[in-house]
Amino acid sequence: MLLRHSPDIKASEITPQRHWLNRRQFLGTGMAAVLPDFTHGAFGADEKPTPKDAVTTYNNFYELGTDKADPAQNARIFPAVKPWTVEVGGECAKGGRFDLDDLIRPHRLEERIYRMRCVEAWSMVIPWVGIPAAEVLKRFEPTSRAKFVEFTSIHDPEHLPEQRRRTLSWPYTEGLRIDEAMHPLTLLATGLYGEELPVQNGAPIRLVVPWKYGFKGAKSIVRIRFVEAMPSNSWNLLQPREYGFYANVNPAVDHPRWSQSRERRIGEFLRRPTLPFNGYADQVAHLYDGMDLRENF
Amino acid sequence: MMRLAKLGKPALFVLCLTPLAWLVFDLVSDNLGANPIEALVRGLGDWALRMLLAVLAITPLRQATGWGWIGRQRRMVGLFAFTYAVLHLFSYIGIDQFFDWRLIAAEIVKRRYILIGMTAFLMLAALAATSTNGSIRRLGGRRWKQLHRLVYLAAGLGVLHHLMMVKADTRLPLIEGAVLAFLLLWRAVPGLNLKARLNLKDRAPQA
Repeated sequence: MLLRHSPDIKASEITPQRHWLNRRQFLGTGMAAVLPDFTHGAFGADEKPTPKDAVTTYNNFYELGTDKADPAQNARIFPAVKPWTVEVGGECAKGGRFDLDDLIRPHRLEERIYRMRCVEAWSMVIPWVGIPAAEVLKRFEPTSRAKFVEFTSIHDPEHLPEQRRRTLSWPYTEGLRIDEAMHPLTLLATGLYGEELPVQNGAPIRLVVPWKYGFKGAKSIVRIRFVEAMPSNSWNLLQPREYGFYANVNPAVDHPRWSQSRERRIGEFLRRPTLPFNGYADQVAHLYDGMDLRENF
Repeated sequence: MMRLAKLGKPALFVLCLTPLAWLVFDLVSDNLGANPIEALVRGLGDWALRMLLAVLAITPLRQATGWGWIGRQRRMVGLFAFTYAVLHLFSYIGIDQFFDWRLIAAEIVKRRYILIGMTAFLMLAALAATSTNGSIRRLGGRRWKQLHRLVYLAAGLGVLHHLMMVKADTRLPLIEGAVLAFLLLWRAVPGLNLKARLNLKDRAPQA
């Protein structure tokens, strides 16, 4: 399968789909469900997952505070929305409002161990649990006019005080080109480390696009829209010179205020070189054939 | 008041050392979060700027309280500001970038906020180097005083350095900017400290 073809990436990237996780089994045991056959053997020595403690305490989730320790500390203010509903609309035949359960039930959850490269030049390796976004998106039968997909995060200024300030334009929105959204690497994650997604990591459902900077991964998604025109994304609205729409990890294109050529892997002392497309070039570089990636950063 | 004057200096010394002790303690006890290097570099930078603002607060504080002894602590607090700035810069060079001189040199040239921070650092270095009584004598009181007015500029550049490096949340650097503006206004607008001047009859020369 395509995902396993990763010659210059150390064995680790994508946990093969043999680690299927039966959703019933997963949810049946409730929180802290442990993956039945979670193997560590698949990881290269230098690509071991970032400790869960770091993954769940060092987060950019501005709705819960702008310091990276804030989201974990403020997790309890996150509104307890049950059932979580995702509104799907725009250029598709079968939109509507879906309970998260209904959205996920037809699919099998799987674990994917991805590198996560933040635009701030640090990175992690995270064992996500989720569904390939394409499988879910196809069910809504996007029309030929669906050129992009827009993802919108929760908007609840009453519970999320940060949304009463104009730090970013709320609600947080992100977007992908339809072929990016449908790419087999793109994941709708509902868990990590074999457990339900913690609030601070974007519960209950978030986007994971491992070849792009982390801010592309919209958290706590409440709306998915298929659109014809390129959607706006929150960081781009704030600083168009610094954060583009594509935001592909690219060591050759610096952030105006810092170099993107290297990154600090959380837990490591020395910075390591950043790889084009975060090491997923073999899988995704063709999506950008003929595009000037300096222009479309 | 005599007791305060006597205890003031060592107490202030300990107070200025506390943030550093705190940072080092957090560092060795693995309490700086998932990215301790970033937390250390930023923490040292934060405290360099706070110490700089503290120096500038001394004269207004002396005028408002009449504590003559505190006016004499400007050199010590100033040297602490410089110390934190040195540690901030060294942690960036020696830990964060691990002596990658080529990259560091490129960053200083390419990133305006780093260039501004470096400029402020060099100013503080000049002030620290001329902070001895001997320097005051050699330069002469007036020239020395003119040189040391650079501290206002260095503080302004420090705030700018901080403001330009944050991503979206500008609250902290804006607060620092407001504090600096207040401390400068105190000096510039006679009305603000006139009362203190009239009531308390300054015992030490003005800065």
